[in-house]
Amino acid sequence: MAADWVRRIAVNHREWVFWIVAIALPLLFPGKLLLINEIAILALFALSLDLLLGYAGIISLGHAAFFGVGAYAAGLLAKHGLAEPLVGLLLSAAAAAVLGFLTSFLVLRGSDLTRLMVTMGIGLMLLELANRFDTITGGADGLQGVVMAPLLGLFAFDLAGRTACAYSMAILLVLFLLARRLVRSPFGLSLRAVKANRLRAVSVGVPADTRLVTIYTIAAAYAGAAGALLAQTTQFVSLDVLDFHRSADVLLVLVLGGSGYLYGGLIGAAIFKVMQDWLAAQTPQYWQFWIGLLLVVIVLAGRERVAVAIRRRWTALTRRFAGEPTP
Amino acid sequence: MLRRSFVLGSVLAALMSGGAVAQDVVKIGLILPMTGPFASTGRQIEAAVKLYMAQHGTTAGGKKIELIVKDDTGVADVTRRLAQELVVNDKVTFLAGFGLTPTALATAPIATQAKVPQIVMAAGTSVITERSPFIVRTSFTLPQNTLPIADWAVRNGLKKVVTLVSDFGPGLDAEKTFTEVFTKGGGTVPEKLRVPLRNPDFAPFLQRAADAKPDALFVFVPSGAGSAVMKQFAERGLDKAGITLIGPGDVTDDDILNDMGDVALGTITSMHYSAAHNSPENKTYVAAFRKATNGMRPNFMSVGGWDGMHLIYQALAKTGGNTDGTALVNAMKGMQWMSPRGPISIDPETRDIVQNVYVRKVERVDGELYNVEFATFEAVRDPGKEKK
Repeated sequence: MAADWVRRIAVNHREWVFWIVAIALPLLFPGKLLLINEIAILALFALSLDLLLGYAGIISLGHAAFFGVGAYAAGLLAKHGLAEPLVGLLLSAAAAAVLGFLTSFLVLRGSDLTRLMVTMGIGLMLLELANRFDTITGGADGLQGVVMAPLLGLFAFDLAGRTACAYSMAILLVLFLLARRLVRSPFGLSLRAVKANRLRAVSVGVPADTRLVTIYTIAAAYAGAAGALLAQTTQFVSLDVLDFHRSADVLLVLVLGGSGYLYGGLIGAAIFKVMQDWLAAQTPQYWQFWIGLLLVVIVLAGRERVAVAIRRRWTALTRRFAGEPTP
Repeated sequence: MLRRSFVLGSVLAALMSGGAVAQDVVKIGLILPMTGPFASTGRQIEAAVKLYMAQHGTTAGGKKIELIVKDDTGVADVTRRLAQELVVNDKVTFLAGFGLTPTALATAPIATQAKVPQIVMAAGTSVITERSPFIVRTSFTLPQNTLPIADWAVRNGLKKVVTLVSDFGPGLDAEKTFTEVFTKGGGTVPEKLRVPLRNPDFAPFLQRAADAKPDALFVFVPSGAGSAVMKQFAERGLDKAGITLIGPGDVTDDDILNDMGDVALGTITSMHYSAAHNSPENKTYVAAFRKATNGMRPNFMSVGGWDGMHLIYQALAKTGGNTDGTALVNAMKGMQWMSPRGPISIDPETRDIVQNVYVRKVERVDGELYNVEFATFEAVRDPGKEKK
């Protein structure tokens, strides 16, 4: 039984290459650890949205709500004595999951457009709440005084971001493997059925509502974990974690990388952050113009084509390494 | 095998890139909001900093000064990451800039941990300098700039004033200081209105202010948001109802004052800097600034940048090029000089700025709107800290 589980979760050779590259990145670019940390966090956040959009077909413009709740939960826990990162991470993800569960019933109703509005509304409400209750959240000044205990009692969060980067990457890997296991399970397959045709799925006996509530809750927990990682590794939380632009950015990242195959969010996050970092260093005043232009070009001039080309190259490359015959 | 040597190679590369930094270069990491709603702050400070370097050369204390400008878009977690990267990767000797209070506060732990002086050139909440022994401020504090206008209101017989502030650190500081001084002087504050910092809509608040029929409306909004207030102040007819607009000078920011039009005339504010400040230092400064920026008028943010650079240059000269953070901060304590805004100094105890604050009225001078100074409060310390 256990062996079976391990086999199902095990990654294939192509994915091995991806993760080896990912793990090599911090070693190759030791000056960019903090950026890689942010990429890992954004990737986890995008992964969470991919579970919703790519597998359940639920579009959301308010995903930052869960990210923000996770971040504030982690920040507040640390501020009020619970400074152990892993426990804080679990509790924060749980807090976001509770919110996800409660709001999922709203999202079940209506069409895509309604969902966009409902999710956006929830996000805006939370932002205003966080601003209003500034005695708890610190309001627009941000939550100050978050100090994390060393990870596992061994690794203190250092200025260079070594611990932060390793921590975020490890959590991303673990949660990614879980997500991968999830979408390949019968549960994941039934989700796809609901996405493809809800009426038909219901008529063959898939409890569509339960499935959607479950995946929405899980995705919320993932987003909460991403938020918690940000709060813990920067040891600071500001209202910005709930801001609308976070929700929009993550959707953009997913569009960039492609949804529905889990790696899309990861690749999109890397492209988005690297581009942003590079452009902002080139021209601090006008980088937003260039990033806008690049995004339009990438999306219009065939993100699909680029992705397909890369995938083809990738397949050829990995086959050669593995010495596999072409199927 | 291949993989192992690859990993080994990258570890080696990592070790090597972390080493050797040229000994005679001092780097200043300047983090500012260059885009987004607070971009004007970033533009002003960057221009002043570059002007200072153009006029005073790029060496101080025998070291070559190198400037690295980063845009944090006014978002605090970005500021924090940039500061961290500047300290770790670029090995900066100074962190400077900080357009908004949250961004300065988010960076404070890094300054402490890395023992790098953090020169706050803009953010104005009183508590900032208490958050790290490495923070030195060259801008102003809100209580410092609010005290004189509150005092003016009392002396000029205003009885009823409504306050309207942006809902974050500096706004609350301003509201608190004004209310304390004004009520102690016998005035009343029937309404204290707080407007969200992001995407503010002033109209409903101004309506509530008008309904209270005060003698004056006390306004604090961050640099840049003043024009919206001014416009809606007129649209709601508050000016016609005989309500005077008063406040710290952020609302009649020199950067945008001239575009506000006649509605701004007669606004009374108190502030540490006006482009119309009458001194030879300021005349030279304004002329040079305009020349360097295609006619932009310097505002109070720009002098924060200018004096911040002066502080850095002088501290380096005093330590003889020693870049130890503690030595540099010690060198800065008690330093005094003549700035375009007037005589200023760094309080040796609080590391906060001590400066003259002027009471000004918006008037038309040579066809342009200016804050014309008519009273001076000399060497004002931050009242936010004196009480303790």
